[in-house]
Amino acid sequence: MFDQLSDRLQATLSEVRSRGKLSESDVDAAMREIRLALLEADVNFKVVKGFTKTLKERCLGADVLGSLDPGQQVVKIVNEELTGLMGGTGSELAMSSSGPTVILMAGLQGSGKTTACAKLARFLRENGSKDVALAACDVYRPAAVDQLVTVGGRVGAHVYEQGTDADPVEIAAWALDRAREERRDALIVDTAGRLHVDQDLMDELARIRKRVKPHDVLLVVDAMTGQDAVGVAESFAEAAEFDGVVMTKLDGDARGGAALSVKAVTGKPILFASTGEKLEAFDRFHPDRMASRILGMGDVLSLIEKAEQQIDERQAQELEQKLRKNQFTLEDFLQQLKQVRKMGPLSGILGMLPGMGAMKQLKNAQVDESELDRVEAIILSMTPEERVNPGLIKGSRRKRIANGSGTRPQNVNQLIKQFDQMRKLMRHMASGKAPDAQQLAQMTGTAPRPRARRR
Amino acid sequence: MRARLIEILAEVAATGRAPIDLAAEPAVLLMVGVNGTGKTTTIGKIAWHISREFGLSVILAAADTYRAAAAEQLAEWAQRAGAELVRGAEGSDPGAVAFDAIESACARGADVVIVDTAGRLHTQGELMDELAKVRRVIDKQLPGAPHETLLSIDATTGQNGLRQAKVFAEAVEVDGVVLTKLDGTAKGGIVLAIADELGIPVKLIGVGETLEDLRPFDPTDFANALLAD
Repeated sequence: MFDQLSDRLQATLSEVRSRGKLSESDVDAAMREIRLALLEADVNFKVVKGFTKTLKERCLGADVLGSLDPGQQVVKIVNEELTGLMGGTGSELAMSSSGPTVILMAGLQGSGKTTACAKLARFLRENGSKDVALAACDVYRPAAVDQLVTVGGRVGAHVYEQGTDADPVEIAAWALDRAREERRDALIVDTAGRLHVDQDLMDELARIRKRVKPHDVLLVVDAMTGQDAVGVAESFAEAAEFDGVVMTKLDGDARGGAALSVKAVTGKPILFASTGEKLEAFDRFHPDRMASRILGMGDVLSLIEKAEQQIDERQAQELEQKLRKNQFTLEDFLQQLKQVRKMGPLSGILGMLPGMGAMKQLKNAQVDESELDRVEAIILSMTPEERVNPGLIKGSRRKRIANGSGTRPQNVNQLIKQFDQMRKLMRHMASGKAPDAQQLAQMTGTAPRPRARRR
Repeated sequence: MRARLIEILAEVAATGRAPIDLAAEPAVLLMVGVNGTGKTTTIGKIAWHISREFGLSVILAAADTYRAAAAEQLAEWAQRAGAELVRGAEGSDPGAVAFDAIESACARGADVVIVDTAGRLHTQGELMDELAKVRRVIDKQLPGAPHETLLSIDATTGQNGLRQAKVFAEAVEVDGVVLTKLDGTAKGGIVLAIADELGIPVKLIGVGETLEDLRPFDPTDFANALLAD
């Protein structure tokens, strides 16, 4: 996400950070770089101008230049300003206190409204609204209603539709009546994509809005939109008075211009980020965390949340007990591995760790998921007894496991050895001592292992 | 000065221009692009123009087997444009759908096959590989095909459009760009960079949601519009 912008800003800032003292001209040079980076990233030019101006004023403040660590201060300020640009701390949807919460979705053609409707429905269901319904008000695009019915069904949302002959305003009103009658918790209204210059359709949108009085109007914006994003957002703000933005296609390599401009121009925050083809790839947007990610400071909070979603509290406690008593087995290891992998592809997880952006080799290396598949296969080919007591695994057992998992005896050996080291390390930690670097390195197998004698 | 500037821009925009070649029998067009850029709509319009203006028979291949109701959407356009439709089950292999469509075109003596594909972000390696495979399947079945591979680019797209064109061109040898949604305020300036850096010309522009709203690309008009305010 936003890799190119991220690289440029990080390069500029590490230059600043490396200096013990900062002069005004150092700050000037850095600001010039930041301005270029933002412009190249499609950030609206007016936004860039305002942003760098504030940034410069703050960086030239006496408390920065005079401080012991001016570079660090500058990074902190950039982080704060970037967060502010995207909307400060995360905002929330307004929810209805009685009756269904009504959410109206609007946007240009192809920005991803219909998919976002289904993803949002799924998100609401996961977060407390048990019964979510969708209203199919896109009567213009061929098969848009069919699409909503299909994706709605996939996320377990009821879809109100009247085909394509009815008036969208009437469909919306009818759907709201039904949602009230049937006591749904939320109603999401899908509308046709429309160009912001199409007066008739913009009027229609305003009429839908007036008729169903939504609690939230969300504008769906394609993250790859260029300078035009601002004009679009302004027009929609006028006709639909939207409350927040859903940023879509963030899994591409868009440089972030739309995301960084929209809030600044309309004052409306980005509420959600859509990041993939799957219906689960949708989450709250956190400006502060995004800023940290852009600056290579990592997004540990999201990582922890992801982990919390996947890891079962009770299991974790059991595991801790086992670790303390040094009863950690390969079976436990397998469970651990599975839980970590549930969090999504490892490359995505790595992106959230601080400093990963700067480690070029890691970033470009596709994390080898097949390596983990192999580990799983090996453990699965062991008998329960072997998993508890890997010491049993000798010649013929080793051969059987290798055959069973489609690997070679060496691979089996390697795994057992690594597991052994890991256990030692854990015993060490359980006894309250910090692991030494050498041990850690051996375990992960990444580090300067003493050169293998074989070669 | 302004006139000269327009001239220069038009010249860049005209890089590598060539008409869409429908001489082969059947001529196969492959439509590719990022999600939501207007592939399916553009295909409907192209089919309509081809059958109306040249009196050619057209078969549409619904090889977007991923997105919900994509085939229904294409079916609607096929009906409007008076074209035949070949489709597979949702989730089926897109290459197989393309194969069936071309086979049926050969058997029935249809003139043109237009293959719709699922929108995909150019950053998703596996999906790009899948697209390359669809192209290989077509090429193997009918050597020399697809005769025209068109990339749809949304006019509102910013600098990212260049990346899209680059990666798609690497995967499937793009012959031309269809610049869509030019009826908004966006001017699609990124196609200049695409023509200049990659030598891929714009061939068609989309200016609305009805069948007629497809035009040949005119570099001078385009340059004029870029500088208009």
